[in-house]
Amino acid sequence: MQSEENSHNHIHDDHEALIVEDDAGNLEGQIIIDALQSVLIARGLLTAPEVAKAIEKLESPGIHQGAGIVARAWTDAEYKDRLLENGKQAIGDIGIAVGEAQIIVVENTPQTHNLITCTLCSCYPRSILGQPPSWYISKAYRARAVREPRRVLAEFGTVLPDDMELVVHDSNADMRYLVLPEPPANLADLATSELEALVTRDRLIGVTR
Amino acid sequence: MTRIDHAGRRFRDGDPVRVIHLGKSGHVRIPFYVRGKRGEVVRYCGSYLNPEDLAIGDTGGPVVDLYRVKFAQRELWPGDDQPEGDSLVIEIYDHWLEASGHQEARA
Repeated sequence: MQSEENSHNHIHDDHEALIVEDDAGNLEGQIIIDALQSVLIARGLLTAPEVAKAIEKLESPGIHQGAGIVARAWTDAEYKDRLLENGKQAIGDIGIAVGEAQIIVVENTPQTHNLITCTLCSCYPRSILGQPPSWYISKAYRARAVREPRRVLAEFGTVLPDDMELVVHDSNADMRYLVLPEPPANLADLATSELEALVTRDRLIGVTR
Repeated sequence: MTRIDHAGRRFRDGDPVRVIHLGKSGHVRIPFYVRGKRGEVVRYCGSYLNPEDLAIGDTGGPVVDLYRVKFAQRELWPGDDQPEGDSLVIEIYDHWLEASGHQEARA
């Protein structure tokens, strides 16, 4: 995942620190969590295997699931219609367990580009894509994605023509969002695995096209 | 049809609306940048427990209608030079909305 994290070419230096480590390499948050877990286990409120299972559940979703959804929509028009109509239902139909109340899939076209953010916190379709990238959680991205979205996109290397409509989606409440990118021109020549390989996390958020 | 419907809801797709300033504090999900702004309902999302209640442990309801509302970027940031066609869509709970005639002069 690390190489994917760094695959786009904007500068990451000014992002907020998510992890605070002391000189001995201890993570402040980890020390607090470990202490809390010890207390909860000692009180019989929690078991270590339950914690491990919860972590596994959090970490098992990933971009591959989003790629599978997009490749299916690119190659099956009837599925695409259902996906745009009721994202949660259509994604559940291909065997992905969606934990969010609803998934709204927004379609990029030659005339329209969609960008996803969450200004109030870090809402993201986690049950499908896993955890969001650190920049998605940063206050700078959250504020700027609604205030100057075209400048943010340009920093990701995505320069939209002036006559293309940009729609920013703020995931502020109960819905979660996925962007359906445009299919490649040579769609018919590509196998499903090749199509899935074209679908990156950044395209699913809409910071790239 | 799989699209959620609720016959008693106040707004329909295409209805012009305005986000009102409720003087509420706490776990409010309506950011300041849309307050007082005029937009258009684009999708009804169903009804959900109010996060303002949930945040203080009140899980008894009632549920409130939730709408996706679209705003022109120029309405949100009138001093900026953003393209006319650019827009933003955000979810607004029913009690934060009032009907708005778009023919009214904009402040």
